[in-house]
Amino acid sequence: MLLIACPNCGPRAQAEFTFERPLASIVTPTETLPDLIHKLFTRENPRGPSWELWRHTYGCAGWLKVHRDTHNHQISAALPVDMETPS
Amino acid sequence: MQRYSALSLLRGGLNGQKSWQRAWRDPAPKSHYDVIIIGGGGHGLATAYYLAKVHGIRNVAVLERGWIGGGNTGRNTTIVRSNYRQPALHNLFEFSLKLWEGMSDDLNYNVMFSQRGAMFLGHSDSDMIRLAERGDAMRAAGIDAEFMTMDQLRKKLPLLDLSDKARYPIVGALNQPRGGTARHDAVAWGYARAADALGVDVIQNCEVLGIDRVGGKVTGVQTTRGPIGADRVGICVAGNSGQVAAMADLRLPIESHLLQAFVSEPVKPMVDMVIMSQSIHAYVSQSDKGEIVMGGDPDLYPTYSQRGRPDRIEGVAGQCIALFPALSRLRMLRSWAGTTDMSFDGSPIIGTTPVEGLYLNGGWCYGGFKATPASGWTYAYTLAKGEPHALNAPFSLDRFETGATIDETGAGPMPHHR
Ligand SMILES: Cc1cc2nc3c(=O)[nH]c(=O)nc-3n(C[C@H](O)[C@H](O)[C@H](O)COP(=O)(O)OP(=O)(O)OC[C@H]3O[C@@H](n4cnc5c(N)ncnc54)[C@H](O)[C@@H]3O)c2cc1C
Ligand SMILES: [Zn+2]
Repeated sequence: MLLIACPNCGPRAQAEFTFERPLASIVTPTETLPDLIHKLFTRENPRGPSWELWRHTYGCAGWLKVHRDTHNHQISAALPVDMETPS
Repeated sequence: MQRYSALSLLRGGLNGQKSWQRAWRDPAPKSHYDVIIIGGGGHGLATAYYLAKVHGIRNVAVLERGWIGGGNTGRNTTIVRSNYRQPALHNLFEFSLKLWEGMSDDLNYNVMFSQRGAMFLGHSDSDMIRLAERGDAMRAAGIDAEFMTMDQLRKKLPLLDLSDKARYPIVGALNQPRGGTARHDAVAWGYARAADALGVDVIQNCEVLGIDRVGGKVTGVQTTRGPIGADRVGICVAGNSGQVAAMADLRLPIESHLLQAFVSEPVKPMVDMVIMSQSIHAYVSQSDKGEIVMGGDPDLYPTYSQRGRPDRIEGVAGQCIALFPALSRLRMLRSWAGTTDMSFDGSPIIGTTPVEGLYLNGGWCYGGFKATPASGWTYAYTLAKGEPHALNAPFSLDRFETGATIDETGAGPMPHHR
């Protein structure tokens, strides 16, 4: 199980969190149709590190951005959702 | 191919099991094939078999990066059923079930298909309405489905908690008597042996690293055992679909998640059918060895690790124990996970791609074992003719853009379907 450091609550077990979607797949109201299809369906589905949107559902209920490797499960960052994502 | 029979078993018994031949060859890759199938799971091997048997296309290779059946084919809980509500789905899965019914004879290999019944429990009035709708849709299509009353359940499954105090009170069930289980390894081995006998090269330890194209058309693949040419290439790699499709610059409506399964120590017969539920995602059956086989929700986050999260084991075990309290006395023997190719409507993708000569079979989520023969049959047709069979035409790759999704649970674009 992952240990995720919630920016509000500190390190907590994955069981308290829910994965929402890749950060690149957040849909905005002004999306073009091809972008919308990419975000809803044809996502990148990376094997390796990528940014994701998680929620501390059974904790503070806050949203967070997590930089996680889908192959070895390493988490290199967990940021508040309104903080700029380092490129 | 040396045929298996009662007589050959007897002969083996008398001569110290020395008369058995290899079940399939171990060929070196040729420089060119008519068709290359990437992925030696049940689906890829079945595809090769039907290409050779039904379409007479025998210059075929199945390339497997590890050992055949080492992916989800060898990791699943072996439930076979066709009890879907939507016509596109129950037509495909019922066609599959009919192939299962003749598979051991057809392949001359005992896949231990056991039609012990696959039952969905209902826990509320709304569950029962949904089960009735599903049962009606099935019967209208000529598929077996029967409602079970509490009295029938009490007789059939005495160890189920049917009391009012149950954590998940049970009010009825929908049974598909022709549903059941099969021996998953035998399915991979049986198809490999039968395909090999028809001339198909089953090549293990051969990972595909690239897909070659010239002028937008597929010409072959790059592998750990060198380049191999092909007129047509079929992807059939389950949880790795996105990775392999990316070799041809395609992005798929698939997210790779984990599903786990568990078995207990073996015990005497206590559950003689497959038990699932309309409201909770837990399922229970008993293997021929006596182990209780359990599964439930997927791990619900993308990963390729094939390592499950332990809290899921606890959660699923809790649900199974609530259904069958006697399970609390058993010790867990093993748990494992497989990377499943979750599509965004919960249904598979079998068909052509925008790349000429490249075909895709994937997105089976956690329900593709039961489809193995139909998946192979329709994919072979598609690869042979260059266009889908009527049964797989609805499962096209472009249905997500056009809005023609096949969403059994009506859950929308989430990779979390059952
Ligand atoms: C825990 C679990 C329980 C399940 N329970 C059920 C069930 O009860 N009923 C049911 O119907 N379904 C079930 N499923 C789903 C079912 O197992 C799959 O849908 C089905 O087995 C997929 O078969 P396949 O042949 O497509 O994939 P696989 O058997 O995974 O085969 C794909 C193969 O491709 C190979 N491969 C990948 N990349 C490459 C490459 N680059 N080059 C060469 N080879 C490559 C892999 O090594 C693998 O062997 C379950 C799945 C899991 C994980
Ligand atoms: Zn928190």
